Formats: sequence, structure tokens, C-alpha cells
Amino acid sequence: MAADPERLPQVLFLSPKQSLERALSARFRLLKPWESTMPLDRFLAAHAAAVRAVISNPLASVDAPLIHALPSLGFVFTTSVGVDHIDLAECARRGIAVANAGTIFSRDVADYALGLLVDVLLRVSASDRYIRRGLWPVAGDFPPGRKLGGKRVGIVGLGSIGSEIAKRLEAFGCSISYFSRNKKPLFPYTYFPTVCDLAAESDVLVIACALTEETHHIIDKDVMLALGKDGIIINVGRGPLVDEAELVKHLIQGKIGGAGLDVFEHEPAVPEELFRMDNVVLSSHQAVLTIESSNDLVELAMENLEAFFSYRPLLTPVHGTT
Amino acid sequence: MASLGVLLVVSVDSYLEAELDRRFNLFRLWESPPSRRREFLQTNAPWIRAVVGSPNGCADAELIDQLPNLEIVANFGVGIDKVDLPRCRERGIRVVYTPDVVTDDTADLGIGLAIAALRRICDADRYTRAGSWKDKGDYKLTSKFSGKAVGILGLGRIGLAVAKRAQGFGCPICYCSRSEKPNTNYKYYPSVLDLAYNCHVLVVACPLTDETHHIINREVIEALGPKGVLVNIGRGSLVDEKELVSALLDGRLGAAGLDVFEHEPHVPEQLFGLENVVLVPHIGTDTVETTKAMSDLILDNLAAYMLNKPLLTPVFGSALFSTRICALF
Repeated sequence: MAADPERLPQVLFLSPKQSLERALSARFRLLKPWESTMPLDRFLAAHAAAVRAVISNPLASVDAPLIHALPSLGFVFTTSVGVDHIDLAECARRGIAVANAGTIFSRDVADYALGLLVDVLLRVSASDRYIRRGLWPVAGDFPPGRKLGGKRVGIVGLGSIGSEIAKRLEAFGCSISYFSRNKKPLFPYTYFPTVCDLAAESDVLVIACALTEETHHIIDKDVMLALGKDGIIINVGRGPLVDEAELVKHLIQGKIGGAGLDVFEHEPAVPEELFRMDNVVLSSHQAVLTIESSNDLVELAMENLEAFFSYRPLLTPVHGTT
Repeated sequence: MASLGVLLVVSVDSYLEAELDRRFNLFRLWESPPSRRREFLQTNAPWIRAVVGSPNGCADAELIDQLPNLEIVANFGVGIDKVDLPRCRERGIRVVYTPDVVTDDTADLGIGLAIAALRRICDADRYTRAGSWKDKGDYKLTSKFSGKAVGILGLGRIGLAVAKRAQGFGCPICYCSRSEKPNTNYKYYPSVLDLAYNCHVLVVACPLTDETHHIINREVIEALGPKGVLVNIGRGSLVDEKELVSALLDGRLGAAGLDVFEHEPHVPEQLFGLENVVLVPHIGTDTVETTKAMSDLILDNLAAYMLNKPLLTPVFGSALFSTRICALF
């Protein structure tokens, strides 16, 4: 069906996102495959010839087959920062521009990382459980935690999130070092060329890097050994950055001091051995999810789509695509 | 010279207890049952020249009066509301405490409680441990901490440390104190009610005195409001706990992070079912490192006293102390 210039531009949603749908419905014609009884490939064949933009998220891949089914596709917006679910090479080949959530989640993720770290060291969640079980009057004071000030914190990935984490930690009196793909001379922190070297000189590792083929299981057995039995791991990046089975083993055997984990290898599955531990704090991939960042995301999606359809530069383009 | 007789009121820390036992002549008050306490004190009073106490029990008027040879009181903590200071002054009894070493941990906890309350960290941990992520889907949206206005009640060492940390999150800072502090850029409010109206997160970090008892009352709580967060790292009785519980149950207050309570170790059970409160058992200074630093400070003060050297952290006679304790506030 030829695109009618009078009609609103068509945007294909790969999965529901109510807040975004509501905001975009006035300016764009939304295609929502889940509202149809047709299987996706038939839906696309029937409707999507004129689709120039797609809204994606980490659970809705933009792979080569999908791209081939959308001959007019010019723009992909993902509601995440991570783009490992998008075939960037294929997009580049086809001249499809990609934009992501940019840095709008960075501060919320950094806040959550600090919250997890304080919780693990000072045992906030564990002692909150203790009180709610009625144990304080009966079993006495809770065992002591460990001081945050003076701890050596190693940040894996000094991008937008990592640098926001570092900025916050400075005020707590921590000494900060990092591992990153490239050295960042503008930051006053100590650089280590490998994660193992970083771990060996750290009391805490905060994982805030992107998931790529190279960073899969970047936190492995060797890194955990280098970190040591009092070491703490905070993961606000992606589950597969950490060798989860090894981490669980190390925690069970007391070879790692504790962990704050917002992400897991096979979400929403979480290793049940962790449920009994007081030296771990767990959450359901929510470091990014605040009311405020959710509103910011809607605005960002809108602005990127409007930019694309009026041939203006995207606000949060992903490098390596047009 | 006879060894200093030291009465330890409660067992605060095993390292401190062991060192006191090793270096001095130690009497443990809890070894006598409460019904025989008077006798215990009468028998041992001639030798007791020092008392070491804590927020759970220190030198009140009754104890001081039973110890005619008492010369020095050492408080394990920076909050000295359990020491009868006027009585000590009358009797010429020296008082030492443990400021500075507790500042960092308490401020860390203050910020940690604010983030935990706004972002529901403890409730999310419960949700995840219950397997709800698989059964019910993602946890709900929570409220951002960065950039929210933080109001601090009491800009002493701990209040300033809270401010410094909050600034790292881009939070604008305001405060209420007995008097405006020079050399800060923070907005000052002379009344705690004005402070509550003008901030999103109110951190209570002032000492407990007769004037500050229940300073956080119903009016202040309602001024903070249904989206506001109260964090208490001071003393339980700074807050009218009944009003606080009622406001949290009604939704007139948004959330709370509480390290201290009016009747520790008892915490109002109506709070146990709430997902918007964080409850911790007075752990503000409870890290291995800080507990040791506090113990060492007590021991060093007692050693200095024995050698007639200046006390390291006296309450009286230090530039920080005044009869209104306003500098701490």
C-alpha cells in the first residue's frame, strides 16, 4: 500500500509499551501486531510495507529477518541503552538509523548502584528483614556491617553510567579506579588495563559496562579470585557480564564477600541459592525504572521520531549506524 | 597506682570489653540481676571511678548518685542524651564521647536509607526472593533520588557529611539549625516546618535535647507530604512516632527510612507490612571499622585521663560544647 502523504507516519511497535503508545498516538499511526490474530510474519507482509520506524526493546529483537520484512525501514528506536538485541551491522548495510535511550537512565542506575552498595556493606535489607521477623527485641543487635569510606572501588566500564557512579562515590570517601575499553584521560581515576588487575586492587567491583561478545562473562572465576573473599560485586549492567554459576558457587563457599545484583543471566530466573543469603541484595532489573526516567523516555522517543521524520539529526544516535 | 575501676553499663562491643578488662579493673553492670543492682553498686562503688556507657544505657542521675567516686564518664557514641550532663557538671565529672569517627558511617546510612526508601530497594529484594519476578512480572516504577531537594535538620558534623554526599547526586541542599552556619551555600530555614515544606527528603541529624523532643510532629510530617520522605539517623524521640506511623498508614507521608525508634529495640509492628518504609536496628555506627575506632577512642581517652594528659574528645571544655549544645545542632 503506497504511503499517503496526508496520513500520519507509521510506527511499528514490536511489543506493548502503554506510556509510549499513548504519547505517540496523536502524531503517528501505530501498528501493534499483538492486537492482531495474524502471526507476525503475515502481519508484517500485510501491513508493514510503508513502515519507516520501529520501536524496539531488549525483549524485541531487530534481527536480519525482521529488517528484511520492512523494506521501507529507516529508523529504529530502542527504549533501552543496550543495543545487543539489534543487528547493527545489518542496519548499517541498509542505511537504517538507530537511536537508544542515551544517558537518560544513567543517574537512576548510578543511584541504584550506590543504594545496592550501601545496602550490602551496611546490611540494610538484611537487618530490615531481621526487624520485620520480630528478632530485634529477642535476638539482640544485628551483626555489624562494613564501612564504605576508604574502600577501593573498581568500576568496570566508565561510560555515562560508570562516570555517574564514580562521581557519587567520591563524596563517600572511596578511592576510585576503573577498567574501560579505552583510557579516559579526562577523569582523575586510576586506569587498569585488565579487569583482573582492577579486581586485585579493589575491595568492590561495580559492573556498568555494555554487553558485547567481548564482555560476556568478563567477571569470571579469575576476577573473583583476584577480588578476594571480602570482595563485593555490584552488577547494574547485564546479567551475562558475570559468570553467574561461578558467582553463586563463590558466595556459597565464602570466597566472595557479598553481591548486589539487579541483573541476571536468565531473567526473570534468579538462582534460588541466593534467596537464603544475607550478604546479597537482589532486585528485578529495575535500576532504570523510575517514574521520572519513564517520562523522560517517552519524551526522548517522541523527539527522536520527530527528528527522523523531519530529516533532522537524531538526539541519541547509536554510533556505527547512519 | 591502683588500676582504674571501670563500670561497663552494657556490653557494647567485645573488643572494648576485653581491652577494658585487660587494662583496667572492670565491673560489668549486667552481671548483677536488676533486683540486686543497688547492692552491686554499693559493694563496688568505692573502686568505680569511670563509667562506660552507650545509647542503650549510660550515666543517668540515679547511677551517678550511687557512685561517689565517679570521675569520668565515657559515652560509646556521639549522641549523649543518655548522660546526665548537668549532674556531671555539678559533680565535676569529666565526660568523653566519640564524635568524628562515627560521622561517615551515619551519613552513609542516611543517604542509603533515602535511596532505599525512594527506590524501594528492600521491598524489591523481598519481591525478588519471593519469586515474584517470574510469577507477577517486573517490579513497579519507583521514584528518582538524584536531583531531589534534601533538607537536613541539624547541620553538625553528620548533617554536613550528609549534605556533601547528597550533592554528589545533584540534590539541592537546605537545612534548619538553631543558627545559620557561615561558610555554606545551603539555603537556611529557621523553622523545621519551613524546611519540610521546601524539601522532598528530610534527614533528621540533630541531637536529642529537651527542646528537640518530638520536633518532627504531625504538622511537620504533613508539610513533608504524601510524596515526602523522612529519614531518621538521629534519635527515635526526635520524631513523634505515633504520628509518624499514622501518617505512613494513611498515606499522608510518602516514605520513611528509620535507623532509630522511641523505644528500641521495639519497632511499631504496624510498619512491618509497609513497602514504603525501611527499618534498620540502630546500625548507624555499626560497622566493624567504626566500632573499633570508637572503642579505641574510649580507651585512648581513659588512658589519657590516667596519665593526666588532655582528654581527646571531651564534651565539657571543648570548643564545640555549649550549654545549649547548639554547635552540635
